Amino acid sequence: MCSGPAAPIVQSMITVEHLFKRYGGHTAVQDVSFRCEPGTVTGFLGPNGAGKSTTMRMIAGLTPPTSGTTTVLGVPYGALPNPGREIGVLLDASAQHAGRTGLETLRLTADVIGVPRARVHELLKLVDLESTKARRRVGDYSLGMRQRLGLALALIGDPRILMLDEPANGLDPEGIHWMRGLLRDFADRGGTVLLSSHLLREVEAVADRLVVIAGGKIVADGSKAELLESAGTLVKATSRTELRRALATAGLASTTTTDGGQLVEADPEAVGRAVAQAGVILTELRPADGAGLEELFLSLTATQPHADRQEVAA
Amino acid sequence: MSTTTIPGALTPRDIAGPTLGRLVTVELRKASDTRSGRWLLGLAVLTTVTVAIMRGFIGPAGDRTLTDIVELAHIPFSIFLPIIGILLITGEWTQRTALTTFALVPDRRRVVLSKLLAALALSATGLAAALLSAVVVAGVAGVDGTWNLGVDDLGQVTLAVLMGMVWGVAFGLVLRTPAAAIVAYFTLPTVFGVLGELISGLESTWKWLDPNRSLTTLAEMRLSGDGWWHLLTSSSLWILLPLVAGTALLLRREVK
Repeated sequence: MCSGPAAPIVQSMITVEHLFKRYGGHTAVQDVSFRCEPGTVTGFLGPNGAGKSTTMRMIAGLTPPTSGTTTVLGVPYGALPNPGREIGVLLDASAQHAGRTGLETLRLTADVIGVPRARVHELLKLVDLESTKARRRVGDYSLGMRQRLGLALALIGDPRILMLDEPANGLDPEGIHWMRGLLRDFADRGGTVLLSSHLLREVEAVADRLVVIAGGKIVADGSKAELLESAGTLVKATSRTELRRALATAGLASTTTTDGGQLVEADPEAVGRAVAQAGVILTELRPADGAGLEELFLSLTATQPHADRQEVAA
Repeated sequence: MSTTTIPGALTPRDIAGPTLGRLVTVELRKASDTRSGRWLLGLAVLTTVTVAIMRGFIGPAGDRTLTDIVELAHIPFSIFLPIIGILLITGEWTQRTALTTFALVPDRRRVVLSKLLAALALSATGLAAALLSAVVVAGVAGVDGTWNLGVDDLGQVTLAVLMGMVWGVAFGLVLRTPAAAIVAYFTLPTVFGVLGELISGLESTWKWLDPNRSLTTLAEMRLSGDGWWHLLTSSSLWILLPLVAGTALLLRREVK
């Protein structure tokens, strides 16, 4: 039993390096690399089908990668002596036997990873699935209750890492708020959280770092503050065509936002100079902050197939 | 990129994973902690006892021996328990619990082995229940030759029951969906056997390949001589091959 590999000194709890996954001719995950450090919540963002779940399944050793490596605590997932005690994994809250009760589902996991049965009741209390709810069959649970059960399953081994795929799905606003608090607290006590979502708003409030994936590729990776900074300048003009022409002449890359403005990869002064030279009349010119992150997310993810949009992320 | 530096080495905790024994216990629990699992187990026990009683009290007294009762009493759970074996495997895919199972135990060989051992334990328990009810019925009914069941006979019927269970597990491994595995388990060998009977030219080959012939003889505690070789070849084809192929598939399969 004690013949495990000599683990290297690591600072990152989850490491993903040059990960590829191909299904026939389709490349689901393409050269994905990122790390999750202790004490942080990493939001793994991207539209549905971007490759988030595939990446997470590869981290958990459930999907064999075409190439590249993933490690948890410096070793491949399969080399963890007792994975349930290191990393709490919730990949799909609906993937539970419909005929088992919530209580029984938790008991089975407790038995496999070797934690006392008393812990089952602690966890049921934590996720608010006590007494009668615990004795109902999972088939009769709402999606929100399944997410709570899934979170209890992930936490029961007292892990230092949590990897959760779309955990907010099906939770009501109060439930989302509760979960954010729980994850923030987990990270503040030194834990590491990787959680995915297709909605920026869901992770914005709790994440320290964002890894944005679109079309199987990482399009942005950095701290929330960095990504806000790099979100550029939001500019609107009386004529959108003239504005675009002026920006293009000045060599400033930009994308069109949903409300008719342009999100420019430059500071407001550079944009101001560019449009002043062209004599464009501005109606708005400001650094793209909070809302800018959303625009960034949309621009990074919504129009992925166009090469010109990818360079925005660079 | 922001970096939070935590001093010291972060390595996996030194907490041992589950032993094989614990995994087998968990699999046995899984077989009986759902409504469908409990129904199947209950029906198996109920029909076994019913058949034993009927065989012990009905029919000409001369035909009633302990061997006859055992021969008949083991049939109901020989039918029901492989279904439980099939569900133990296929349920992981249809209920998608494989995501949890293999995330907690990444070495999938250990999962397959624990399921197989749990299935065999169920079969052995079922057989013990059948023997017990047969002995009780034989005693109460006062049939002839009550204690004429030899060790060899017992060995044969036990082997037949266990092989039937491995067969179910093997088909579950290959076919993945319960309906397909159950239907295949019950119809394929029969169709195969009928084919052998219809085409006379196949007769000499079929006795080596038809699993039901040698397994039925084994369950009736009458296998001898070349029959053992027929059992070996036919069960290699129908049980061992799917077991190995199904396990190999499972080890490589993407778990979604």
